[in-house]
Amino acid sequence: MSAHAESHDEPIVLPPTSLSSIVLTRIVPPVLFGLFVLLLWEVVVRVNQIPFYILPGPLLVGETLIKDWGSLYPSLLVTVSITLSALIAATVAGVALSVLFAQSKWIENCLFPYAVILQVTPIVAIAPLIIIWVKDIRAALLICAWIVAFFPIVSNTTLGLNSTDHNLLSLMQLYGASRRQVFWNVRLPSALPYFLGGLRISGGLALIGAVVAEFVAGTGGVSSGLAFRILESSYTLQIPRMFAALLLITGTGILIFLVLTFVSHMILRRWHESAIRREG
Amino acid sequence: MTLGDNARRSASVLRPVSGSQPALLTLKGVSKAYSTGVVALKNVDLTIHQGEFISLLGPSGCGKSTVLRLIAGLGELTQGSIAWQDGRNPLAQKTDIGFVFQEPTLMPWATVFKNVYLPLKLRGLSKSEARDRVNQAIEQVGLAGFGDSYPRELSGGMKMRVSIARALVAQPKILLMDEPFAALDEITRFRLNDDLLRLWAEQQWTVVFVTHSVYESVYLSNRIVVMSARPGRVHADMVVDAPYPRNEEYRTSVVYNDYCRTASTYLEQAMTS
Ligand SMILES: Nc1ncnc2c1ncn2[C@@H]1O[C@H](COP(=O)(O)OP(=O)(O)O)[C@@H](O)[C@H]1O
Ligand SMILES: [Mg+2]
Repeated sequence: MSAHAESHDEPIVLPPTSLSSIVLTRIVPPVLFGLFVLLLWEVVVRVNQIPFYILPGPLLVGETLIKDWGSLYPSLLVTVSITLSALIAATVAGVALSVLFAQSKWIENCLFPYAVILQVTPIVAIAPLIIIWVKDIRAALLICAWIVAFFPIVSNTTLGLNSTDHNLLSLMQLYGASRRQVFWNVRLPSALPYFLGGLRISGGLALIGAVVAEFVAGTGGVSSGLAFRILESSYTLQIPRMFAALLLITGTGILIFLVLTFVSHMILRRWHESAIRREG
Repeated sequence: MTLGDNARRSASVLRPVSGSQPALLTLKGVSKAYSTGVVALKNVDLTIHQGEFISLLGPSGCGKSTVLRLIAGLGELTQGSIAWQDGRNPLAQKTDIGFVFQEPTLMPWATVFKNVYLPLKLRGLSKSEARDRVNQAIEQVGLAGFGDSYPRELSGGMKMRVSIARALVAQPKILLMDEPFAALDEITRFRLNDDLLRLWAEQQWTVVFVTHSVYESVYLSNRIVVMSARPGRVHADMVVDAPYPRNEEYRTSVVYNDYCRTASTYLEQAMTS
């Protein structure tokens, strides 16, 4: 056989993705747009002389962020640590449960509805209960964030484990592969893109869960997170500080999203359709 | 280059015509009904001999894929039996089988090397033990140097070559191919047809090749089994008694044309009956 003779049947040569082109198309436009909106905001606030306790301008928010950094930063750490612990716990539990589901359709049919129930019940509605039951407030917050983050990972990974190319499964059967071999060689890698998609959604949800639960808990003290800073600021009409805390929460969410997107891209870039740049 | 020369020399050895060789497997009264109630096969009798290149030709839905899957042991028979034998001695188990699907069915997350390595890996061979054999198989399908490529970096024809290499590496006695080239363009298909014939001669394979193309079946095989649908059964069994190696000359010859006409007639009967 000779592939070199196949002039019309050449391998597809992919142009390398250059960093500068990504920066130019994906980063510069949104940043410019953001700066424009901030400028507009500042101008509107100044021209209409809106009082800072209604809507502070972005410059004032920035100043407050720097001024109050001493108290905001520890809160940021608290929120981030709850979010990340919840995400890790959700990943471990989610993958474990999906793998269990993959072992038997019966187990899946038995348990999946309860995962759905957990998902559709609003976290604000169960957070008070959890906070009453669990003495340690951080553990309670972690559980709330975990509940919210857990479902996308379970449902996506389960879907992934079940969507293995059935011809590939036939082939494994033909070669006499054991269940273990099928699982490690075919089903798990097939599920990887689905899992990573779920993880990206869960990253954002874990943060939302952590913040919402803290709103419900409403506890103060040294170990409180950003949500409590927002509550506190609203009671005392420190609106710029409220915005500063909000900014930190949003920034954390964006960072989590970017990191997970990057990780997912690095893992899938050589083989998965989602990571391919198509021309034309 | 030596490899190619060898291949050509052995390919020029005249392949035996059907029937003169000992049987490899026998389907006796095979029926298959799916749980949906569809009777995919009814009472199929078929003996496949060692070294045969046999094509299953028939309209879509006549049970060609089902025959292959049953031979491969993927799925239960509803009735009848499939017996394997080595010459006149019956075998307790099926022999080593290679299967090539219509889609290349590669693992997209694995390199060409790892895809081809899979059957040996499942048999417990370590990567270093298997390396030579895997590379040889990759070379035999003309993909030397592509071991580290990922499937999506390859064209359709090249992916199919990888799929063939994966079947090859396990050194099967029988190769089952389910419309393997149907999705490829004609030029690529012709080239793969020729390469397949060369490998067949080289590897001493028995090939069961499913196709719905009269031309492809007459070009490749020394025996054509025409099947008809609803329920799937054998309609005709014809010998294509033209010598190998076959090439463009054969493709344009009178003999080829005659066989094509005969096969077409059978196929038409099968579709109207
Ligand atoms: N897994 C299956 N479940 C139910 N019906 C099937 C299945 N596979 C094939 N069939 C039916 O059996 C018949 C023969 O199918 P198949 O062997 O795929 O035919 P061919 O390969 O000749 O097109 C068709 O009517 C098809 O719909
Ligand atoms: Mg078919």
